Amino acid sequence: MEILQMIIVIAVLLLLVKPVGTYLFHIFSNEPNRTDRVFGKIENVFYKIIGLKNRSSMGWKKYVFSMIITNIVLVAVSYIILRLMGGLPGNPNKIGNMEATLSFNTVISFMTNTNLQHYSGESGMSYFGQMAVITMMMFTSAASGLVVAIAFIRGITRRGEGLGNFFEDFIKAHVRLYLPIAVLVTLVLVGLQVPQTLSPTAVVHSLSGVEQQIPMGPIASLESIKHLGTNGGGFFGVNSAHPFENPRPITNVIEILSMWTISAALPYTFGLFARNKKQGWIIFTAMMTLFIAFLCLTYFSEKAGNPVINQLGMDSSIGSMEGKEVRFGVAQSALFTTVTTAATTGSVDNMHDTLTPLGGLAPLAEMMLNVVFGGKGVGFVNMMMYAILGVFICGLMVGRTPEFLGRKIEGREMKLIAIAILAHPFIILVPTAISFMTHLGTDALTNPTYHGLSQSLYEYTSSAANNGSGFEGLADNTTFWNVSTGLVMLFGRYISIIALMGVAGSLASKKLVPETIGTFRTDNKLFAGILIGTVLLIGALTFLPVIVLGPVAEFLTLK
Amino acid sequence: MSEQRKSMLTGNIVKHAIKDSFIKLNPMVMMKNPVMFIVELGTFVVFLMVLFPSYFNISGRLGFNLCVFLILLFTVLFANFAEALAEGRGKAQADSLKKSKKETTANKLVGTEIKVVSSTELRKGDIVMVSQGEMIPGDGEVVEGLASVDESAITGESAPVIKEAGGDFSSVTGGTRVVSDQIKMVITSDPGESFIDRMISLVEGAQRQKTPNEIALNTLLTTLTLIFLIVVVTLAPIAKYLGVELDIPVLISLLVCLIPTTIGGLLSAIGIAGMDRVTQFNVLAMSGKAVEASGDINTMILDKTGTITFGNRMASQFIPVGNETLADTSYWAAVSSLKDETPEGRSVLELMKKQSLGYETSIAEGGEFIEFKAETRMSGIDLQDGRLVRKGAVDAVRQWVLGKGGTVPANLEIESNKIASEGGTPLAVAVDNRIFGLIHLKDTVKPGMKERFEQLRQMGIKTIMCTGDNPLTAATIAREAGVDDFIAESKPEDKIAVIRREQAEGKLVAMTGDGTNDAPALAQADVGLAMNSGTIAAKEAANMVDLDSDPSKIIEVVAIGKQLLMTRGALTTFSIANDVAKYFAIIPAMFMVAIPEMNVLNIMSLGSPLSAILSALIFNAVIIPLLIPLAMKGVKYKPMSSARLLSRNLLIYGLGGVIAPFIGIKLIDLIVHIWI
Repeated sequence: MEILQMIIVIAVLLLLVKPVGTYLFHIFSNEPNRTDRVFGKIENVFYKIIGLKNRSSMGWKKYVFSMIITNIVLVAVSYIILRLMGGLPGNPNKIGNMEATLSFNTVISFMTNTNLQHYSGESGMSYFGQMAVITMMMFTSAASGLVVAIAFIRGITRRGEGLGNFFEDFIKAHVRLYLPIAVLVTLVLVGLQVPQTLSPTAVVHSLSGVEQQIPMGPIASLESIKHLGTNGGGFFGVNSAHPFENPRPITNVIEILSMWTISAALPYTFGLFARNKKQGWIIFTAMMTLFIAFLCLTYFSEKAGNPVINQLGMDSSIGSMEGKEVRFGVAQSALFTTVTTAATTGSVDNMHDTLTPLGGLAPLAEMMLNVVFGGKGVGFVNMMMYAILGVFICGLMVGRTPEFLGRKIEGREMKLIAIAILAHPFIILVPTAISFMTHLGTDALTNPTYHGLSQSLYEYTSSAANNGSGFEGLADNTTFWNVSTGLVMLFGRYISIIALMGVAGSLASKKLVPETIGTFRTDNKLFAGILIGTVLLIGALTFLPVIVLGPVAEFLTLK
Repeated sequence: MSEQRKSMLTGNIVKHAIKDSFIKLNPMVMMKNPVMFIVELGTFVVFLMVLFPSYFNISGRLGFNLCVFLILLFTVLFANFAEALAEGRGKAQADSLKKSKKETTANKLVGTEIKVVSSTELRKGDIVMVSQGEMIPGDGEVVEGLASVDESAITGESAPVIKEAGGDFSSVTGGTRVVSDQIKMVITSDPGESFIDRMISLVEGAQRQKTPNEIALNTLLTTLTLIFLIVVVTLAPIAKYLGVELDIPVLISLLVCLIPTTIGGLLSAIGIAGMDRVTQFNVLAMSGKAVEASGDINTMILDKTGTITFGNRMASQFIPVGNETLADTSYWAAVSSLKDETPEGRSVLELMKKQSLGYETSIAEGGEFIEFKAETRMSGIDLQDGRLVRKGAVDAVRQWVLGKGGTVPANLEIESNKIASEGGTPLAVAVDNRIFGLIHLKDTVKPGMKERFEQLRQMGIKTIMCTGDNPLTAATIAREAGVDDFIAESKPEDKIAVIRREQAEGKLVAMTGDGTNDAPALAQADVGLAMNSGTIAAKEAANMVDLDSDPSKIIEVVAIGKQLLMTRGALTTFSIANDVAKYFAIIPAMFMVAIPEMNVLNIMSLGSPLSAILSALIFNAVIIPLLIPLAMKGVKYKPMSSARLLSRNLLIYGLGGVIAPFIGIKLIDLIVHIWI
């Protein structure tokens, strides 16, 4: 029955991939289509407001530059709001200004689509802050990531036309995708009893005579974009485990599908852009295979439970329920955990810190790979990077200069990929190592030995992959953690975006090599295998030593 | 010379290579190869620890550290040896070429006088005379005379070739010898820039530059090295948090095992050996880039004559027309050819013999041979008895007969068209005013060409045949040879147009040529193979020269180019796949003392932590010399579709790369564990 629950959710996702992928294609293919009639006028209003007269296609540098400048402006505005929100309106609960390093961490966290939260929403953020900073950035960061992926796709599938116009894409992503679906999901969630209100924290007198404070606020609207945009920052500290954020199993499923669908549909959109749907499905297959493997790892290790507790003679038939919500159980929790770290959302409906060692390894590993569906666009772009690497190594074995989608992979692309592929382990392993070399880091650890190691490793991995979930319990609201994770999020987001957009720009300007029987095919099952192999050999082996010292050692010694 | 080239992997080369592998330890040289440079750095660090154990406070582990040092040193030496060995073969070839570059004297023509000067004093534009038995003092062109020249010093072919002024056989190469007659030639290259000089510097590898693909692959290998450097450097503080102290030699061992030393050590040897294979094939590639590009060829443009067909048209059938008989037709065809020394003429007589048809030679006695001329387009014989026998182009003969008041048989046109439509050339045979019949001249496709084109098709290469023939003839030969496309009645400009058209579609084009008018097309093509017998202009425009002047060799060059890329890909895959087993050897070994449960990961059940680390290191080192033969010879290549090729290579080098080290490390451990 539990397994069936997971299969049903995956089946629904599979049914959604094609229509959503097609819709995404129609939004960004810039060819006239039916949705223009509905949205064209609204977009024209926005174009007028921002004075966008020339919507011509941009080269990769201009595109990335436009995105970064836009993000910088949003970061600056948000930082000011957080620092001043105590005195701003929309603050019925009288929450004070946010401290400087925490504000730095928070704006970066939300702008980079990470949503690592070193604050707790109910006590550290005013309603105005929740709406003007948190919810606003949840839209804009998701749109930024998505349009980068779209521009990347254009680069590797179209030739010589530039990568598109950033501002046009950015507005389209909001008007045609995130806003309408967010409104829809919000209404559904409200219908399922997720609160949406501006009234202050309710004070109730319970039957036992105790005064109880029940925080609430505009939750449903944040909840919808939190997942649609693979953001993950919760209204409350405990995120989607909170009954107001995620009251019942059906809302859990809706949230899973909200965060998963757009990421999972991107390979199909890519297939449409490449005029080779099979190519898209092959990428999807590779991602799905890895996903299922990780889901099984989490589910079965949670189901097996904690051997120490089992030995105490407690009934372990329902699996390890420590840190899990009874209304979700092991299956819904395992699925949520695997999806939220695959799609790098970072919302949680159970505490990852209390997962069994191998159950916690799966989310950690998914973030280390950062290619299993991945967050808005970035995961897809990363997967394409591994595809290019796989093509480069294996393509040589058919005796030709490697080519991907008819474009030769040469020194320039490899150099740019080198930057992206080096950055990820660097910003995970180096800060983790530093955190163990100073008491500033080790003081925050609330667990001894292996699990403590995992806590720090998880924090930086989550930051680097722009996921945002945490092995909570880490006392991370300190200058050291705020600044270090802030920087890791920043580099994790922009280094790979810049490098990989460079790859797209370089590939876009290449002469197309015609396909022959001698061409290395990238749209068959063999390539799906090569892709998985490349991800595992190059992506995963890097992290094997620390994984062995963290979760694996914990698993082996937990008796 | 080709025999000589094969046997070049002698003890002498190996001795030199061993010496060179030590010389190459120079860090300034090693820097060019970042992967091996890191290994050398690690070796140096461990060496210091062996020298000054008390300073590093590790006196207890001296034996282990010494072992690590030695294995690391050998890893570097093995990689250097591979490179030196590949270079050594080139050097040996260069030496034998240098012998032919001995300084000679030249008879320089100054005004009308002949002055004897040293060959090194010759400059471009000088005129020299070379007589029988003398060495040609420099590259040049024959301006007067005809001589047979022994070019075996360069080509290895001992039969002398004819060189004459004008036309496509006028270029001569310095270092070759005139065996008969005398020529007057103009020098076309300054000292140090001659063909032999270029050849020497090429095989010596003096001008060897990294090819684009090598640069890209090097970037990847360097990146992997840096990644593992990060992994290993950060591992120490992380492990320390758990109370696991990791020794520096152990960390260095892990690093060296993980970085792609196998491909890093063999990469340059693969490239040099690839060039070398081309040279052994008697093709001189001007750059490694050209060899690499030949693996990427999409379209191949081949001349029909000489490449696909033998070129000389041979009589294959006699066809009587009107009321004539076969016997009469063949009789007069033979008579017309009795004194005809052209290949066509001789083939008529051969066909008579083959079909045992009778003719008498006496009839031609005293007759006057009429040579073929472009205006008349006929040849034949004027017999003593006054009869005029002619054979030639059908319309020419018809005009000739009509001019003599004869009649033309009704089926002449039909029969001749039939021959043309089959790709043959019809020759009409006539005596005075009577047309007897036709000779069917056929251009024969070289044996084996059809199969080769089939192979090319499997590689995804399109073949285009260029011919001056009419479209009908061209189509027939194209069908017979199995080429994909053809250009009939082609002029030299057509070739360039085709190359440009194909290149505009993103294709890479290869072509062969020898004439001066081929030069622009050779330069335009991505891979241009010029014939050594061809003109200097053609050789300079091309990026490869075939010393045997066999145009069909371009097909093998493509195979070598592909093999070169495949070898790189295969060894890279192998090298990266090896890491899985090495991890399983070293990771449990590193942590087992502190965390005994880690023994579960010791799936090879290696004897002890130290022997596990040493075994992985030893495997990592010895795999390099074990793979040297593969790197030098290249992986086996049979033309097949890319999908099959990939599955095959992935199975061997990917899966094999995962499994082989598990077995290898276990076997080594069985021995090493005896001591530790």
